[in-house]
Amino acid sequence: MTARLAGRLVLLAAGVAGVGALLVVGFGALPSFGDVQHGYGVRAVAASLAHRAANTVGSVTFDQRAFDTMGEELIMFAAATSAVMLLRRMRDEEEQQARHDYGGEDVFGALRLTGAAFLPITLLVGCYVIAHGHLSPGGGFQGGVVLATGMHLAYLAGDYRVLERLRPSSLLDIAESGAVAGFLAVGLIGMGLTGSFLDNWVPLGTFGDLLSAGTVPILNGLVGIEVGAALVLLVARFLDQALLIRQEGEDA
Amino acid sequence: MNGVVLVILFAAVVVLSTATAFTRDPGRQALVFGGYGLVLGVIMLALQAPDVALSQITVGAAIVPLIVLLTVMKCNRILAQHRKDQHREGG
Repeated sequence: MTARLAGRLVLLAAGVAGVGALLVVGFGALPSFGDVQHGYGVRAVAASLAHRAANTVGSVTFDQRAFDTMGEELIMFAAATSAVMLLRRMRDEEEQQARHDYGGEDVFGALRLTGAAFLPITLLVGCYVIAHGHLSPGGGFQGGVVLATGMHLAYLAGDYRVLERLRPSSLLDIAESGAVAGFLAVGLIGMGLTGSFLDNWVPLGTFGDLLSAGTVPILNGLVGIEVGAALVLLVARFLDQALLIRQEGEDA
Repeated sequence: MNGVVLVILFAAVVVLSTATAFTRDPGRQALVFGGYGLVLGVIMLALQAPDVALSQITVGAAIVPLIVLLTVMKCNRILAQHRKDQHREGG
């Protein structure tokens, strides 16, 4: 063993021991695992019921801590936009049209049938998860990802052209940016009406109804559009890079 | 009963995370990582956190392995091309 490697191992051991000790001390002060009563939980449930949101997790992310969610929104938007920009076709690269349209005959029948059968079901589930984010587990992020992954069942079933028709890039670009702008607009309207940013200013409705909990379902919908569009655009760029884009002079 | 399920799931996480770290081929690693993400999602479900479980399963078990696999495909093609070019120049 060289001296350099030994030094690195000592450094690693010191770091691991230090972090471990801090974690043990820190966890010791946490409420015990699986408690029914929890200080934060009790308060969050009360605040959620006051705003007639049946799903407390949805109420925390889109009402009580909506500002944090806005930060995550902007991170997601910035990350997806930069990745899409990095993966664009460069000047010395060319697209191979021929590889675009590999047809259904290249895919197992069973896979083709499964993809075709599950495509509409998955898209429906995605919309349901977004629309019921304030009532049951799920919400904009989860539903948006379900929508984005569901759409790629079309590709799995062997129809790249169907997938391309399902994802009009320019429309998705506008939808993505528009949804982020909409999130900010909902927050600013709240500031204008009540004096605080992202305040729940929409009529709260009846507890448990599809239209209840004020701004929560609106923000869920906007996040769903943003996440769904961003992921479809991102995976589209990755698919293009892996399947279509070649450097000039590269063999097919 | 719940405790037994959790212990099994946590053991599965330890096994799968170690397996992910020790899988050398990035393509295979993406698949093992997908399995690891799936088990993490099931743990969250068992701990009554279905919201995060749904995010974890969709992102950790579907999107991330897919993106890694596509990247590996592209890298392998570029490497193969380089090898071919070198062979041509040498021969």
